[in-house]
Formats: sequence, structure tokens, C-alpha cells
Amino acid sequence: MKVLIIGATSAIAESTARRYAARGDRVFLVARNALKLETLALDLQVRGASWVGSMVMDACDTDRHQEMLSAAIDGLDGLDLVLIAHGTLPDQELVQKDYPATLQALEDNFLSVVSMLTGIANVCEQQGHGTIAVISSVAGDRGRQSNYVYGTAKGGLSIFLQGLRNRLAQTGVNVLTIKPGFVSTPMTAHLNGSGPLWAEPDDIAAGIVKAVEKNRNVVYLPAFWQLIMTIVCAVPESIFKRLKL
Amino acid sequence: MSAGRFHSWGLNPKSNGKPLRVSSRFEPLNLPDNGLVLPFGNGRSYGDSCLNNEGYLLDTRSLNHFIAFDQDTGILRVEAGVLLADILHLVVPRGWFLPVTPGTRFVTIAGAVANDVHGKNHHRAGTFGCHVTALELLRSDGERLHCSPDENPEWFAATIGGLGLTGLMTWVEVQLKPVMNPYLQEETLRFSCLDEFFELNKASEERYEHTVAWVDCMARGSALGRGAFYRANHHGSAAPAHRPVAPRQGLGLPFIPPVSLVNRASLRLFNEVYYRKQPLRRSRTVHYQSFFYPLDSIRHWNRMYGPRGFVQYQCLVPEASGSEVFREILAAIAASRQGSFMAVLKVFGAKQSPGLMSFPQQGVTLALDFPNTPATAGLLERLDELSRAANGVVYPAKDSRMSAQSFQRYFPQWQDFAQFIDPRFSSGFWRRVTAEPAS
Repeated sequence: MKVLIIGATSAIAESTARRYAARGDRVFLVARNALKLETLALDLQVRGASWVGSMVMDACDTDRHQEMLSAAIDGLDGLDLVLIAHGTLPDQELVQKDYPATLQALEDNFLSVVSMLTGIANVCEQQGHGTIAVISSVAGDRGRQSNYVYGTAKGGLSIFLQGLRNRLAQTGVNVLTIKPGFVSTPMTAHLNGSGPLWAEPDDIAAGIVKAVEKNRNVVYLPAFWQLIMTIVCAVPESIFKRLKL
Repeated sequence: MSAGRFHSWGLNPKSNGKPLRVSSRFEPLNLPDNGLVLPFGNGRSYGDSCLNNEGYLLDTRSLNHFIAFDQDTGILRVEAGVLLADILHLVVPRGWFLPVTPGTRFVTIAGAVANDVHGKNHHRAGTFGCHVTALELLRSDGERLHCSPDENPEWFAATIGGLGLTGLMTWVEVQLKPVMNPYLQEETLRFSCLDEFFELNKASEERYEHTVAWVDCMARGSALGRGAFYRANHHGSAAPAHRPVAPRQGLGLPFIPPVSLVNRASLRLFNEVYYRKQPLRRSRTVHYQSFFYPLDSIRHWNRMYGPRGFVQYQCLVPEASGSEVFREILAAIAASRQGSFMAVLKVFGAKQSPGLMSFPQQGVTLALDFPNTPATAGLLERLDELSRAANGVVYPAKDSRMSAQSFQRYFPQWQDFAQFIDPRFSSGFWRRVTAEPAS
């Protein structure tokens, strides 16, 4: 398979890339830290990838998105799967006070993805096959005081993907929305989370590979988050607004 | 709130070391202005050698990348936080195996080096450190030392078995050993006393790469020192007739039970049943995971000792006195009415480790685990007396209680080693065993 991974050095993307590498797939990696990118590229080669290419790019640098996509398709010699995995977890207290920080969070987690998806969707539509897998979040299912700016970005992203899926449904292109719950990664390290609700990046990666294989539309990872979010979304707003969540 | 993943495998002592993530092997250590740090791998050391109370723990989980693997020579270079399990997953299908492995594959490679771990093939292969070809050490002042037997050999020697105190290992290179397949041909033989164990071992060392024994430490009187001897070689055939599957990852213990499940009654029952279950003699083909890592298939088995955790004790005495010392040790355990769940006996060989502070040396070693109770403390002090009297050594990686006096007696080279310790690095263990001058 020919796999393009954006935000490749994020913990979930790394684990997913390793699973494709171990199968002997061709992989093109995009991330902004050159040394981490090189580290991962070597790692994937050792693990068995048949070809690894990479490009250093900040996901918010939308002017370069087309260049990136062309380089990936050239290098991979086609495109079967795109995984978009970059993102940031904004400091909610900061974004509440500061609009530029809010805008940055929306760019990181939403607008940059929309820009990429515009080009990617057209390529996939034209070739008539491929999977577009994007990491959204359970945080996008309902706004909560503790992270609603992040939630807004991810919620907007989930809606965008829903529309894109509908648009591409007849073309043989699958759009997969991935909604992880709490995952122990560098992004969430400051939360010091542990316990049964927290998953390891590799558990999420296993779920992503399976969901891609099965042409799923929306997956909650781990799966129990679907039940949790169903309950969270079912609470009437008059009660929900009083909860400390 | 639990300590998350930053505790030792024995779940005691408790520690409040604050994690600091190391995000890339290329980045300098980003240390706070004050305070001592200690690299933390996967927390499989049993006591306080992986803890740093009131200080910081360098979380090396992100250093989990392979760097290079030469499939023809079996030379593998990986980042410090790569687990032995990840290495096996990659290299076994390609015909290579770890040259030495401890009893769990969930340790990081740097942890294996820092504790200079040993395995069931010590009599042939020596320690893990004997197979390390190179490593990089990052010091708190930013200096990077490329260490090998030829380059910075004194730093190489200090870092192998150096308990993580000489600086942060960023990567390790190791020479793997070739295998034909994932299987071992294992033979089990029951023995009824320690003398019989030593005879069996002597008869087996030549022909078997792996030898180890389990001892029933609840047995007393005429049954004292009974157990089962396991010996094995990697399966030599390219297409073995019988290909057992890897053991499934069991459910394990999802939480810490409020009281220890290990007590005198359960120990006696377990040891008796386990002994009876051992065949008088059996030969079979086993998957490497079943042979090397039987406990790995029970997740969080360490939780069965309840919230107080458990203590391990592993001592090593010269072979000449082994039979006599272990008879006394087993008698002391039986007399104390404490029991060990797993008592493991192994004869180490003459192969010298390059490590300055390495625990293994020629002799006989016995590993025991006990629930963490006040009575255990007294018993272990008694075992230390016996080990000291026999010119023995006790394993730091499994310790949370030995006195400074005992440590300095076991490791008289500790002051030579101290000059290699990074001034910003320390551990709970190190402060404890160097706190008071030996009298």
C-alpha cells in the first residue's frame, strides 16, 4: 500500500506508520521537526517499509500543501491511504482570554486539515479509489468548558469529514473519521492521566489499521468511547450546562 | 492518585519523582536549574534503583526507534527506550535472537545495560553487557560520549551495570545471535535435593545453552531443596515438526487487590502443587515466549501482592559454598515461616562482564520474592548476613532495603565507580547505599 502520513511524528501516527512499515508498505512522512522525521524514517526502514520518503513542513503552511501532495504522490508512485494526524491541545485558560491563541488552535486542528483535504479529496476523487483517514476527537462530539476551543476545531472537522464522505461516497473513496478518547502521548503528558480510560498510542494505531481495512466511516478508539459519548450527548442541555466537565 | 507508570515493579517503595520527557535522542537534556535526575525506562527494576524521590525521572519512552539493523551480521542499533519485546518482534522472524535475555521482555534495552542483566545462558554467554558493541552517553553538561570496548572504554565499563547514573544512554548497539526458528527444545527434570541440582547442572552445562531451576522453598526436612531443573537449546531445525504457538496475553490483574493474594496458605499450596505438577522427566518443543517469559503473559502480576507490594532478593555466592549457603538460606526461610512464590536457582559461568559494577560473576545465584511485610525485613537481614559471610553479592536491581554497609561490602569498587557518576544524576538506591560510611 502507498501511505501518506501527515503529522507523522505524533505518537499515534508513529505507531500506525510502524504497522504499515512492518507489512512492507511504501510510506511518505510529513512533519515539522526534521530530526524527529529522520529518526522515524530510519525506524520504519528497519521495520520493513519497502520505501520511505519524507518532507519537513509545518501543517499550517497552507501554501505548501499542493507541493507536499505532489511530492508524496511522486515518491509513493500513487496514493492508497492518507492519514492526517497532526494537532495541538491548546491551553483552555489561555484561549479563553486570547483570540489569536484561539485562532491558532483552530488553524492547527481544523483549517490546516481542511486545506489539505481540499487537494487530497480532489486527487482521490479523480483516481476513483483511496482512503482518507483523519484523526478527530471525542472532544468534538459535545462542547465542554474544559476544552471547547479544541472541541470546536475537532467538531468542525468531524462535520467537514461527514460532508466529504457524503460527496465521495459514489466515487470509491472512503473517508474515515477517527475519534480517540484519552491517549497517553506527549500531547497529553501534562494531564498525567492514568487509569482505565487511558489508552496507549499503539492500541489506537491497531484500531486505525483495522478501521481502514474494513472501510469504516466513523470509529471511536477504544470502542467503549462510543458508548460514553452516546451518554454524554444524551444529557439534556439544561442539565449538561451545570456539569463541571 | 496512583503514581501512574512511574513506580518500580515491586510497587514499593513509593516515589514522587517528577517526570521529564526526553523527546528526541538529538536534543540536549533540558534539565531544571536544580534537582537530581534519573533515566526511567519501563519500570521493571524491582526496588528503588529506578526511582528518584524528591527529584526528576527522565521519561525515555519516546526514545523508541530502531536506528539500524544489519541482517547479515546481526548488529542492531536502537534507541535507549526500545523494549526487548519490540526487538524480538522484529528480529526473530529474520533469524536472530537476543544474545542474553532476562525473565521479562518488557524491559528497555538501556535498562538491560544499566543493570547488566543476565539470563538462563549466563554460563555460556555471560551478561547482556558482554554483547553490547557500542552506546552513546549524553551527560548533563551536553557532552556526548561514544562508548565501546575500544572507545572511552572506562565510560563503557562504568555504564554497563552503572544503574543509569553515568548519564543518559541515547542509543545502544548489540550483537544478536542467529537462530533457526522461534522454538527451544526443553527438558524438565525433577530433583529432590540441592546436591542433586548441582549434579544435574554439572551434567548439563556442556550440552545446554540454557539452564535454570525452580526450588520449592516451602519444603523442609528431607524435602528441603527439592525442585525442577530446566535445560534447553534453541531448536536447530529449519522446519521443526512441532510448532507451538506463542502464549496468549492473559487478562492479568486489572487493579491492585486490597490485600495480598500471596500468604502462607497460598504459598504452601502453590509450591506443593507446582512441584507435583513437574514431570519426573519430560522433553518438548516450546515457543521462546513460554520458555523465557512465563510471567509476561499475566499482565501486572506484581499486583497480586496487594498495595504494599513485594520485595525481591537475589544473592550470588561462590559455587564452592553454594550448596551449604543455600541450604542455610532455605532453612532460614522455612524457619521464618515466610515463603517465596518463585525461588529460582542458577549457576553462573566464568565469562566476565565488561561492567564495573555488574552483579553477575562466577557462582550460584538464588532469586526469591516475598510479600512486603515487617517480618520479611528481618528475614532478609538474616539472608544478607549469610551472603556476606559467604563473600556473596546481592543484586541492586532487585533491592530496596540492603544497608549501606552491606552494599559497600558487596561492591568494594563503588568508590571507583562514583567518579563516573554524572553530577546531576542520582537515584533513591544510590543515595541509600552510599548514605553512611561503612564501618
